[in-house]
Amino acid sequence: MFDLFTDYTLRTVALGAGILGIVSGVLGSFTVLRQQSLLGDAISHAALPGIVLAFLLTGSNESLPLILGAGLAGWIGTLLVRAIVRNTRIKNDGALGLVLSVFFGVGLMLLTYSQSRPDASQAGLDKFLFGQAAALLRNDVITMAILGGVAIVVVGLFWKEFKLLSFDPEFGRVLGFRMGAIDVLLTTLVVIAIVIGLQTVGVVLMSAMVVAPGAAARQWTDRLGVMVCLSALFGALAGVTGALLSSTGARLPTGPMIVLSASVIVVVSLLVAPNRGLLWDRTRSRSSALPAEEVAS
Amino acid sequence: MSEAQLEIQAIAMVTAVACALPGAFLVLRRMALMSDAISHSILLGIVLAFFVVGTVGSPLLIVGAAVMGLITVVLVEALANTKRVGKDAAIGLVFPALFSIAVILIARFADDVHLDVDAVLLGELAFAPFERFVVNGYDLGPRALWVMGAILGLNVVGLALFYKELKVATFDAALAAALGFSPILVHYGLMSAVSITAVGAFDAVGSVLVVALMIAPPATAYLLSDRLSHMIGLSALIGGASAIAGFWLAHWLDASIAGSMATIAGVLFGLAFLFSPDRGLVAQRRRRQRQRWEFAQEMLVVHLLHHEDLPEADEENRVAHLQEGLRWEGDFTDEVVGRARRRGLISMRDGLLTLTDVGRDHARRSFAA
Repeated sequence: MFDLFTDYTLRTVALGAGILGIVSGVLGSFTVLRQQSLLGDAISHAALPGIVLAFLLTGSNESLPLILGAGLAGWIGTLLVRAIVRNTRIKNDGALGLVLSVFFGVGLMLLTYSQSRPDASQAGLDKFLFGQAAALLRNDVITMAILGGVAIVVVGLFWKEFKLLSFDPEFGRVLGFRMGAIDVLLTTLVVIAIVIGLQTVGVVLMSAMVVAPGAAARQWTDRLGVMVCLSALFGALAGVTGALLSSTGARLPTGPMIVLSASVIVVVSLLVAPNRGLLWDRTRSRSSALPAEEVAS
Repeated sequence: MSEAQLEIQAIAMVTAVACALPGAFLVLRRMALMSDAISHSILLGIVLAFFVVGTVGSPLLIVGAAVMGLITVVLVEALANTKRVGKDAAIGLVFPALFSIAVILIARFADDVHLDVDAVLLGELAFAPFERFVVNGYDLGPRALWVMGAILGLNVVGLALFYKELKVATFDAALAAALGFSPILVHYGLMSAVSITAVGAFDAVGSVLVVALMIAPPATAYLLSDRLSHMIGLSALIGGASAIAGFWLAHWLDASIAGSMATIAGVLFGLAFLFSPDRGLVAQRRRRQRQRWEFAQEMLVVHLLHHEDLPEADEENRVAHLQEGLRWEGDFTDEVVGRARRRGLISMRDGLLTLTDVGRDHARRSFAA
């Protein structure tokens, strides 16, 4: 554990994982509340062709161009999901599944195409697929911190709008807010949260990071502000714990360890959170001599 | 075309058709993302079965994987039934956790055997012909073709036997229950088919592209047809076409076959999205245009009828006046008048518009409606 303060690589990785946990925790709260948990799944898969194209165009495997490519592709993916749901009778789940798998397929095709060209060096692309936290550099973490910081500041600025969007978009429309534009803004922030985590956790597992912390935090409170803070905390906890556990050297890959840590937090929250905890259900039904309403009054 | 190429195309086509059949019901029942969850979590089933059996080639791995697919469905529903999280979040929580456990187990205990996360996620169809199905020394063809052929057969038989049940349970669950067949049984039957198909298919095309083959062709067919039987047939056809076209695209680009198949499937969806005769964007736009012109003509004849035979008709029923009376732009007015004349609703003399008998009828009817 003391390695955290002495080991430079570990400190970088843990810091990166913590930042990604905080950002995805904050944005994940909103996706969970809006029942769009699987949007993250679609975005992270849809990012793949963007990463590969950015690599093919710039020829560099610096993280910033790849992140920009990922973000752009993920963002286009979300717009396509919206367009399909609006203009056809295909429902949200079908549109998400379609965009997710087809974009990923296109990405895979481009990736294998780029690898088959003689001049291509493919280094740096694999880490986006499966995540490679150990390869995080100081610059990567700085990029993550800046992008994530911007996302969180925007959440602060549009707090009231996002709250309306999550709980009562119709009311928001009546008040004169352009809810469609606000929706696109929030989705854009979710895209940012996801692309900054791709290097660490990978395309396949990143989706869990925008669901698990939010779902766990939801169990503890009914207030949005508290929930977002808790969710950020849980996300950071999962990120740092996963990074530390995987650094113990026993061949424990970082991405899955982070996701598993987040899953444990969810299970604990589901079981023991005050009021909503499933364990209390049992004790409550056992000692329910009085109906709940009378107790309340 | 070499024999290996033929075999690959056969495997790809059988896989795509086998995926499209249960996929059609997933799309209709709004459970498309269950295929995503199942196709990822079966990895854990394969790993666990591998620890029990000890070899990669055993059919028990397929059984273990299919069982894990069903366990995923049960877990998702149990979690959603607690009402603590939404159904979407339940899916998003369960399969990444199971997938993570699988990846960790592989990394820790099975790194040196042939259980490769890359291969599981991405699949490699190009190598499928190397694994042969050999009985008593006779080479009967690639193993994957036999496996997927059997799964396709299973799906076809299941579909034929339970077509009516699936149809009613999909479109009217309450009626299904009233008729005496359990929607839950139908649900789990379908989920079993999805699991088994996903297990067989992901060996060939990888887990993410199983989702593409299960969702994209049925979604495309859904935009082209209003009948369930047509939709299923079209799904299979589109899936098969994506497989063949995808193979040649991959051949041409020297790229992943599975990725190219998904790309073609996506392109076909895009075409249907834009150009489907009834539901495509272009048809929608054209219909909106036509309705706009028809509505304008209706306004015109009603306006003419309203002022007909009155002293002001000479003034009101002139082309020049319509711009003021109906607040229409000049070009727009000319177009509407032109269209109405071509349909024989009105006639014009010296800028004065009069209703024909047909036009008067039309106006009265739309007035009454």
